Order: sequence, then C-alpha cells, then structure tokens
Amino acid sequence: MKKGMYELATGVSATRRGLLKGAASLAALAGTSGATIGALTKTAAAEDNVRTQILAIPGVGKGSPTDADWQKVGELCLAATKANVAQGEFAGVELTFMGLNNQNLHNLLFRGFLKPWEAYTGAKINWIDLAQADYNARLQQSIATGTVDFDIIEMGAPFEGDVCGKGLASVMPDWVKAQIDMDDYVGYLKAPVGTWDGKTYRISIDGDCHNFNYRTDYFADADLAKAWKEAGNTTEWAVPTTWQQVQAASKFLAGKKIGGQDAYGYLDPLKGWGGFGFYFLASRATAAVKHPEDKAWLFDADTMKPRINNPGWVRTIQDVLDLIPSEPKDQLNADPGTTGFQQFLAGTGSMLSWWGDIGSSAKTSDSSVVGDTIGFSILPGSDDVYNSKTGAWDKLASGPNFAPNMAYIGWGVYVMARVDSDEKKKKAAWSAAAHLGGKDISLWCAAYPSGFQPYRQSHFDTAEWVAAGYDETFIKDYLGSEADSYNHPNAAIEPRIPGIFQYYSVAEDELAKIYAGKATAQEGADAIAAAWDKITDQIGRDKQVALYKASLGM
Amino acid sequence: MSNQTSQLDVYEGVTPQQRQRGVWVMALATLGLIAVFIFESLYKLEITSAGSENWRILGYAYLAWGIAIGVGQVMTRGEDGYKSLFILPAVLFTVALVIFPTLFGFYIAVTDWNLSAFEGRKFNGLANFWQMIADPYYWNALLNMLYYVLAIFVEYIIAFSLALLLNAQIRARKFFRVVFLLPLMLSPVAVSWMVGKSMMEYRFGPLARLARYLGWEDPAFFSTPWMAKISIMIMDAWTFIPFLMIMLLAGLQAMSREILEAAKVDGATPWQGFWQITFPLMLPVSVTAVILRVIFKLKLADIIITVTSGGPGGATDSVTSFIYREYRDRSNVGYGTMLAMVYLIIIILFVTGLLKFANRFVRNVT
Repeated sequence: MKKGMYELATGVSATRRGLLKGAASLAALAGTSGATIGALTKTAAAEDNVRTQILAIPGVGKGSPTDADWQKVGELCLAATKANVAQGEFAGVELTFMGLNNQNLHNLLFRGFLKPWEAYTGAKINWIDLAQADYNARLQQSIATGTVDFDIIEMGAPFEGDVCGKGLASVMPDWVKAQIDMDDYVGYLKAPVGTWDGKTYRISIDGDCHNFNYRTDYFADADLAKAWKEAGNTTEWAVPTTWQQVQAASKFLAGKKIGGQDAYGYLDPLKGWGGFGFYFLASRATAAVKHPEDKAWLFDADTMKPRINNPGWVRTIQDVLDLIPSEPKDQLNADPGTTGFQQFLAGTGSMLSWWGDIGSSAKTSDSSVVGDTIGFSILPGSDDVYNSKTGAWDKLASGPNFAPNMAYIGWGVYVMARVDSDEKKKKAAWSAAAHLGGKDISLWCAAYPSGFQPYRQSHFDTAEWVAAGYDETFIKDYLGSEADSYNHPNAAIEPRIPGIFQYYSVAEDELAKIYAGKATAQEGADAIAAAWDKITDQIGRDKQVALYKASLGM
Repeated sequence: MSNQTSQLDVYEGVTPQQRQRGVWVMALATLGLIAVFIFESLYKLEITSAGSENWRILGYAYLAWGIAIGVGQVMTRGEDGYKSLFILPAVLFTVALVIFPTLFGFYIAVTDWNLSAFEGRKFNGLANFWQMIADPYYWNALLNMLYYVLAIFVEYIIAFSLALLLNAQIRARKFFRVVFLLPLMLSPVAVSWMVGKSMMEYRFGPLARLARYLGWEDPAFFSTPWMAKISIMIMDAWTFIPFLMIMLLAGLQAMSREILEAAKVDGATPWQGFWQITFPLMLPVSVTAVILRVIFKLKLADIIITVTSGGPGGATDSVTSFIYREYRDRSNVGYGTMLAMVYLIIIILFVTGLLKFANRFVRNVT
C-alpha cells in the first residue's frame, strides 16, 4: 500500500480533510447493512487466522505502523519459512541486501520483517539503502564495473534486462515458487514477467499500471452537458471511454468554465521526467498500437526495429500536439509530477493517466481539491488499432481496442547469481526473499503503508479490507480499476530489455522538440526511431532481440 | 660553527655511491610500478589468469613509487633532494587526481561505452567526435551557452550599479551589503525550487499573480523558447550578481578617492567622474570578475536541470545539462565524456583568448 493511500483510507493524517473523511466513514458505518455486519462476523470467526491477525497490526486507523509492528508481522508470517528451513540452519551466513529507502519504507520495512527471520535462521543481513535517484546509477555502475556487492536486490522489472539478461541473477528454486504461491499473482505478473528464457528470477512484491483518473463533477455538470449538445454532438456528455472521445471532450472544454474556473480536458505531461515521462505518451498510445494479436508494441520482436514512427504512434503524438492549445498555457513545462499533483489534484484539468498515487492522494493531500469528485477506470480504448504486421488500421469486431499500460510493472526481489556457488548461502538468500514476498505478508503490505500496491488475486477480496476497517466504496472503485488493468488480456507489457530507460530518455528529448514546434510528429518520431536504433546497435542488437522476445514470452 | 658545517656536509655531501644507490632505488621503484601495471593489465585483458579484481593494487604501487622517488631524491641530490620533498607530495597528488583522470578521460572519450552494452567498453577512435559534430543537441546547447554568456554584460551593469550604490554613503549600508549577498549563499537547486518552481509557478506563484495583475494574461515563464531562456538567465543572474557586485565593491573601496576628489575640484560632472576615472580604474577588477563569472556561467546546469530539463524543445539546454542527460539517463559514458572533453578544450581556448583580449583592452584603455 502506498503511504498516501493508507492515510486516505484510514484518516491517519489529522487534517481537515481527514476529519471530514472520518465523519463520512462513521456515517457510512452507521448506515451499513448486513454486508458490514457480515464482514465483522467473519472477522471474529477467523481470529486465529494469520491474515486477520496481521491486518490488526497496528489496526486500521491506529496510526502508521512502526518497526515493532513490522517485526510482529514478520514473526506471524514465519510459518512458511519454518516449513522449509530448520532453526539455526543459516548460522554464520551473511547476506547483503540492496534496496531503496523511499519515504522511510522499502528497506526499512524489510529490516523489520526480516528480523524474526534472522533470529530463527541464524543468518545476518547487511543493508545498502539507496535513494530513488541514486538507484539506477548505482545498479548500472555495479553491473558495468563488475562490482556486484549485494546478494539480494529490490528491483523494478524494467531492469531485468540489465540483470537477468546478463546472467547476474540466481534462478528461483522450485521450493520458493511453492512457498510464495506464485499462482496467486495477478495475470500480468505471471510469466513472462520475472522470467528469462523460461527461467524464473523474480519474487514480485508490487504491481504497477497507469489508471485513468477523471473528474466526476465535470461529466455530471448540466451546463457542460447542455453546451455539449448545443455544439452539435450527438452522443451524451459522459466520461470518455476511448481516446477519440478524450480528444473531443478536451477540445470541447477549451475556453469553458466550471465552478467559475477555467475548464480543461485531458492533461498531457509534455516535459521530460528522466525517462519516466515517456510512460505517459505510451499510455495514450497503447490502445492504438498494441494489437490483441501481437505481443510487441514498441519494437518489432524479430529485429528490434522501432515502431515509434509507425502510423499508430505518429497519430498519438499528433493527438498530443493537437491538444496543446486546449491545455493550460504552461503545459510545455509540466512534467508528470506537475501534471498530477500541481494541476489535476489542485483542480486543473478533468482527465489524467497516472499510477495509483493520484487516487491515493486525492483526499489526503492538503493541496488536493478533487477528493470527492474523482473516479477511476482503466485507460481509454481506441476505435481502431494499428496492425504492424499488415500495415493497416483494424477495427475490432468487439469494439474499441483497450490495452492498459503496465507502466514499470512494480518492484520485485531478486537473488544475485553470486550466491549460487555456496548452497547454504543460496538457500538463505532465497529464503529471505521468499519471506518478503510471501502471500500473507503481501496482504499486509497492500493494506498498510509499504510503498507497494496490490498485486495478487487474493488482494482483491474486498471483504478482507472492509473487515479490517476500510471504506468499501472507495476501495472497490480504486481496486477495481487496478484489477481490471492487471487482468486485461491485451495489457501492454513493458519491454524488459537492458537500457530501456535510455530509449525513454532520448525519446523525451525528441518529443520536447516536437511539442515545441521544432519538428513535425512524423519527423520527430523518425528521429526517435533513428536514436533507438543507435542505442540498440550500441548495446548489441542480436542480444537485445533475444532478450526482447524472451521478455515477451515469445 | 663547526657543528653547522658538519650538518651541512651530511645534507649536501652526496657521495657517488649514495647517488648510485639513489638512482637504483628510483629505477627499481619505477620498474616495479611498470611491472604492476603490466601484470594487472594482462589480467584485465584476460591474457593471464593471475591478478587483482580491481586496480587498487596499482594505487598502492603508485604510493610506494612516490615514497621511493622521495627517498631517491634525497639520496641523489642531498639538500636539493630534501627541498624537493616539500613539493613532491603535491606533484604526486596532482598527477594522481588531476592529470591522470584527465588523460583517462581522453581515453574514455575515444571509446564506445554504454553501461548497458553487453561487450562493455570498446575503442572507437574519433567516432564519438564525429557523432558530436553531427549532434544538433550539442550545437543547440553551445548556441544557448553563447546567449547565456552574453547575458553577463547585463549582469555586469547591474552589479556595477549596485556596487556603486553600496560604496556610497547610504543608510543601512552594511545591512544591504549582507542582504544583497544572500542569493549567492543559496544553492542553485534551492533557487530553482523556491523561485523557478514556486514563485514563478503558472497557477499559484506570486510572480505569476503579479504578472497577471500587471496585465500579462498568461504568465507562463517557461513555455516559449525565449521567455524560458530569459527566465533561466534571470534566475542565474539573481544568484550570481552578488558575486560580481562584491568583487567590484572591493575594487571600488580599494580605489583612491583623491583622484575623484581632484576631478571634482577640476569641475568634472558625476558622469564624467565615473566614465573617465572610476570605470577605467576599475577595468582590471572588472575583467577579473567578468572572467570568473564567465567560467561559472559555462558550468550552468543545476537550475536548468531542475526547472526546465532543457526545454521547451532544447531552448534552455546548456552543454552541461545535456551532458548530464547523456550520462545519467542514458549511461552513455564514452560519448558523454567526449562531449565533456571537447567542452573543456573550448572553455580553455575561450578563456585564454578572453584573457589575452582583456589584457590588451585594459592596457589600451588605461
């Protein structure tokens, strides 16, 4: 669970909004019917259940968990470890764990979880804590200079190409797969994610995707609905479900007012964000370029020929260009952070693609004014989809093409190959990783501040959340958009190839030129394609092709 | 007296045998250093199987070599050798931390080294240089640097005006001196956030609100190329004008007031006093201040990286911010180093030329 999400759902932060939300929750509880009572009964009946026990630590609405709570959760979830490891079996083993320290979570949380594990197994863990901004550079330098000095790493799936693709990670033993119940993962986190050449490397501890966030008040506004009809539109004024509708609604809203403020439609982050800005163009493009019959969407799988300059991508870039005049005047200098937190949450704009953080901050952030008027869905679809294999635009019989962007694919825990030469150390490393990625501990991580989002099918049993004290309506809406994205059959999975952020970064530079009017959409896209080809050649085309195909499970 | 003489004899009187031994010490140490280098290189090139995983052993060898050279100097040159011990550590330190890294940098610049590349670092001759020649981003950044450097003249005029003001007998002069220096004490990153991303923020920034109040309907400071460039120049100027000002103020205070008073007695107007006396006399200080400012300006990056990321469309990109993206976001070490090395040469040539021009100019004017 992201910290903000927890505070939103629990009213931990003592803010005006928190108090209002608490009052609303109380009213909702007072008015609940058999559903809540049933859930509470279920909770009482399952007191001895580990999941129920850990969800009561420290208890929803009782403040943020502390290190003592993390240790308690770690202790309660040790059963799976005990089934595979004898007490004291790893005495004398020392492991080094490299991870993040974002928001004082991640590694700090892992320390607490693993303390009981250390006490039971006899192993000792040394920690390398990194800030997010230092992570990529530290990892790349370790790889490039051959100085991998850690045994376990917390790592995002996009880096799998750099690590697993270069044989630096240890292959997951079968007993670990059983211990962590990998079948419980949501669909998109199952193979090929976490695997290379059919071998499994990753223990998922997080899930990621871009959702579509929209303002319910905009699309319920009678004046806007009337103006929409008067503008000659034959459809109803409603939340767009396709990008074509997003474009139309956004252009319609330009120059309009809502609540006395300037109305805006979709917000495109037009400024780079260290490579992460490319995800936002991708979220706009996937519906138009990710064909249901083709796993690839960024490159041709057989040649790594970039698709960024195909008609699907170029049309998407042109759509962005067309919308710039309808967006706020400072949009060219708005990166995703600005777009999400200084614009959308502050009341500017009505539609936005982002990770789950926007939904989780809508009510808890003091600068947010959209807490009561935000809705969620999967990313919009496209009326047609470009078929790279035939070179034609296809209209699907099933209707618009939807392809949620699984941007970043979430965090995982990986064991490095350097432990493979020592069986005892290898088992210890995998046992520690499996403890962190266990099924029960993951529920606690999803429900309390941890830095991680739900990523298992079992996380979407809202009854557990409601029994633990969460607001049912909000959780259902929020989790529903995530589950629908995760489980979508045509989800666009990010290529897990070495240097993927190099591709994104160079694309951001070229896109900035396009958006500033220095190049047309096609010229800019061609320049990106040329730069991507150069990167591919520099890194090694043949191996990139092989790794790209492996990452797509081809 | 005799005692002193014998002491000097010990230091200066180096026997041929001692000198010979000293030469041997230095020669052996040098051979040892070369041997360690070759030993480690062969291992790294995978020609031999014995060696150290990192180059640390060469560092130890260098240290030992330095000590041996010091000993050898004393043994071969006596008193002069002792004197050289005072400078030898600084020389060795400079060689290790300045000269060697620079030379190594030139080597990296002629390699194809992407940290994600499977084959690691590869020598590719001048390919990076030719790539740079054809790279529109680099030329765009260089052109931007020209604009940024030209803006120093405006900064100089403002700084000189402030220095004259603070040199005059005004109320609360000491207070204003401290206040005007405050921007210089701030980190450029803090300036970026406080000014660029907060005060100049389009929706709620006080400067944007002021601009709206004054009639500018859409005060987007970073959305059009020239506006963004000027905004960056203003933020950078706000940080560094105090630097220019303090140097000029020091110059003004060191200037003899008698000349100005004599001019006044001779009937010179305040403008004549400034233009024909103060300004020419301040030229040496001005040139020094401006050249130092140029050097600072050529390194401009932090404000750009934080506020605009070089945009919109490269309008605010500096060479350093572009190199930063090549390194940090693209792990393109070889090409990034070539860009940095060429920029280093450009800076050296530019500043050397500027110094010569400035010296000639000052000589002619004064």
